[in-house]
Amino acid sequence: MNPQNYLYIGALFFLSGAVVSLLPLPKVKNYTYILSSLGAVSFAVLSLFLLFAPPLNIFSISISPIFEFIFCGDALSGFFVMVISILTLSVSIFSIGYTKDIGNKGLKGFLYNLFILSMYAVVMSGNIVTFLISWETMSVVSYFLVTFDRSEKSAKAGLIYAVMTHVGTAFIITLFFMLYKNTGHMDFSNIKAAITEVPDDVKSLIFIFSVIGFGTKAGIIPLHTWLPKAHPAAPSNISALMSGVMIKTGIYGFVRISMDIMGHGPEWWGVMIIVIGAVSSILGVLYALMEHDIKRLLAYHSVENIGIILLGIGGAMMFKSHGLYTLSAIALIAGFYHTLNHALFKGLLFLGAGSVMHATHTKNMEDMGGLIKSMPYTGLFFLIGSISICALPPFNGFVSEWLTYQALILGFKSPSITSKIISPLGGAALALTGALAAACFVKAFGISFLGIPRSSHAENVKESSPSMITGMAILALLCLIFGIFPGAVITLLSPAVFNLTGSYGMLSGKGVLHISETVAALSPVAILITMVITSVATIVFIFIVSGKKKVTYGGSWDCGMPALTPRMQYSATAFTKPIRMIFKRIYLPRRELRVSYIVKPFFVKSIKYSGEITPFFEKYIYEPVTVFIHKFAGKVRLLQSGSLHLYLGYILITLILLLIFGN
Amino acid sequence: MEYMQFLIVIIFSPLVQGVIKKLKANMQGRVGAGVFQPYYDLIRLFKKDMVISGATSWIFKATPYIVFTSTIAAAMIVPVITTGSNLSMMGDVIALIYIFALGRFFMALAGLDAGTAFGGEGSSREMTVAILVEPMMMLSIFTAAISAGSTNITKIAEAQGIFYSPSHILALSAFIIAVIAETGRIPVDNPDTHLELTMIHEGMLLEYSGRYLALMEWAHYIKQVLLFTIAVDIFFPFGISNNMELSGLAISFSTYLLKMFFMAGMMALIESTRAKMRFFQLPSLLGGAFILALLSLLIYIMMGK
Repeated sequence: MNPQNYLYIGALFFLSGAVVSLLPLPKVKNYTYILSSLGAVSFAVLSLFLLFAPPLNIFSISISPIFEFIFCGDALSGFFVMVISILTLSVSIFSIGYTKDIGNKGLKGFLYNLFILSMYAVVMSGNIVTFLISWETMSVVSYFLVTFDRSEKSAKAGLIYAVMTHVGTAFIITLFFMLYKNTGHMDFSNIKAAITEVPDDVKSLIFIFSVIGFGTKAGIIPLHTWLPKAHPAAPSNISALMSGVMIKTGIYGFVRISMDIMGHGPEWWGVMIIVIGAVSSILGVLYALMEHDIKRLLAYHSVENIGIILLGIGGAMMFKSHGLYTLSAIALIAGFYHTLNHALFKGLLFLGAGSVMHATHTKNMEDMGGLIKSMPYTGLFFLIGSISICALPPFNGFVSEWLTYQALILGFKSPSITSKIISPLGGAALALTGALAAACFVKAFGISFLGIPRSSHAENVKESSPSMITGMAILALLCLIFGIFPGAVITLLSPAVFNLTGSYGMLSGKGVLHISETVAALSPVAILITMVITSVATIVFIFIVSGKKKVTYGGSWDCGMPALTPRMQYSATAFTKPIRMIFKRIYLPRRELRVSYIVKPFFVKSIKYSGEITPFFEKYIYEPVTVFIHKFAGKVRLLQSGSLHLYLGYILITLILLLIFGN
Repeated sequence: MEYMQFLIVIIFSPLVQGVIKKLKANMQGRVGAGVFQPYYDLIRLFKKDMVISGATSWIFKATPYIVFTSTIAAAMIVPVITTGSNLSMMGDVIALIYIFALGRFFMALAGLDAGTAFGGEGSSREMTVAILVEPMMMLSIFTAAISAGSTNITKIAEAQGIFYSPSHILALSAFIIAVIAETGRIPVDNPDTHLELTMIHEGMLLEYSGRYLALMEWAHYIKQVLLFTIAVDIFFPFGISNNMELSGLAISFSTYLLKMFFMAGMMALIESTRAKMRFFQLPSLLGGAFILALLSLLIYIMMGK
């Protein structure tokens, strides 16, 4: 069958899913998500063609010479189509159960399908117009999904999202305009061919615009502020897609412009991306640590992981500018590998959070606790997601972060002193990020799932429905598989990497990654097998030494004073207190302690404590801008006084000015 | 046979702990327990019945095995007496740090599992110390890795004769501080206390008893010796054999024992002469060590040695 047909079939599935969802037949509506998952399978097949076959023109409709729709795909598109498909498949299966008892689900199913299609369209657009229309569709549809529950909070989050994303789009439109003006072409392949006509300064400007424009979508710091507001506002299956793949379209756009179309730039491009990556990853995870809303916590982790992806991509750009193509390929593999991994484990974690919220009706971790006993599967899968995101062996996040470390260490092979210094510092930033992420997920998992229920929300909860568990199980299994068979994943990535860097980077054997430049090897599967074998050996050893022993279950240690209550457990706030103290220059914490006495100072009647951290970027960057815009708008309002005569006067003045300057 | 060198670490790790305790006791004017006391303790714990908190989940029961086996997996990567053959295809020195992190992750979860304040306190502090230690440890390892041109710990160990450069002395001092923090020793943590206000590592283990406690303790001893071994492999690997010939191995084994004795003595000396720092003074100690590691890297890049 023609590869194009898979696209038609897939698109048909999604469109029919969208239509079915709007039908006023309650029974038929439930098939929406089944149709979407079939569509995802079809697109997954298409992605394999895109990855391993020559670039493919899928279809084009020409309305006028300027207004032309072109969809095509190469290995880079193929990689992103694959990422979207994998996540869509499992999220759709999850959604079958998840959307059973929510209101207005017809509209939601419609938007859901449209949203996925628009993301596919973005990564397969072949020219400027198609790209911008797809991009805008994606933004608008996701805006409706963010504001879906119609609460005031969501509306505000949606507004911030809409404003931020359109500021980003403005930069993207401008950079496309500059490309068009300097090359005279609209479609990407011709622009790429004529890129030498663009002067270097303009190229650098385009690069900066693409960082801002696509960085807003990807959520780099300081353009991230919409992300922790919008992602939690959306329903959990949508958050999984937004965090898992929508922000990756920002990465796609950036790589397409800066590495594919423009080829390569000066060294400072790569250095700048490494710095942005390091800052985003550290600050992202630091803010995540202070969140007790489980979805906001995950949203901040998206900022962190985008930073880690950018460390890899920035390294690739830096090496490419020095002509070190093999090293560039290794760094790019690291970046792409992490892109794929982040889609998997962040999707999994958001689905897990959705499952928990579905059962407990709260987002606040301080009200959970002990869920692993009542929701064993959700607990296990959330744990797998946590281990993966903390980059612990033998799961997938570990492999991609290891590759990122390797890429950054290889910076010592580059000829310039800047690269030599900046890359190990990026490595140190990654180490700090890794340790912070581990602390954050000990908190997220430990406080929500372990211990004893902290409130009535966490009592008498039931495990989620089988379809939700299946959706999570697929992703959890892939996290393990992509962790222990890195060779297979790199085979999938390498066509895209080869197109962009002209090198395959490294050879990898069966289950062992081998980087010849640093004589380093990694075999997660060997680590896993070792642990399994030694576990068995340990159990046998203990049996030989001591035989079978009695196990008594008792209460937890209470210092001999009985009646431990759930409130005496360590809370999420307490858990992160040392970190809040150590990084107080960043958090700028504020606390308020109000004590009222019966007899001062001996008999305390009540103590009220409240504390918060200062949201630095919102307060010191965005707020002044907003205030300025409000003031400016107030001044402008004078023009619009409501007086008809004044408006006629404006028309007169305009007319006179036109007559003077018109010729 | 040559793949079995990790057994040395597993078997001798309680002895090193015993030596540290004995030296410490002598320095403080006490007689102290015999150097084999940790072995007796482990056997005693293995033979005891267990009491487990009813609030715990399977995480609590899985953790001792995960901690113990991940530490053994780490031990397999590290060359102990020969670089001729270790299992370095399993991972490099970066993987090593992350394997340790896996054990720590589960230990911290187990601390939260019983739902008591002490466990949570231990977990919280352990993760905080890790945040301060990991970047510093990574940077000091980077210096060694870049100068050897490899992150493979065998290759780093084979690149001998780099010990006397200024960058390595700085990196070594940072690494030693990292080892002190990672093994939970004074001035970061006090291994001998069960006072709730000061516990870090012990706090997480408070609910454990019997064989689980034995596994956790043993894993801790192994991790300690492993960190010593990594330090000597990276910073003063002289004497380590690069083949499997018996004479070379004998020399290598005896120098290894000497180096371990030296490290044990250093730990005992530091523990006897320093006081435990307040928890919130740690950032200045560990931050200082970070600066040392950073300087060592910059010096290496600028001066090339």
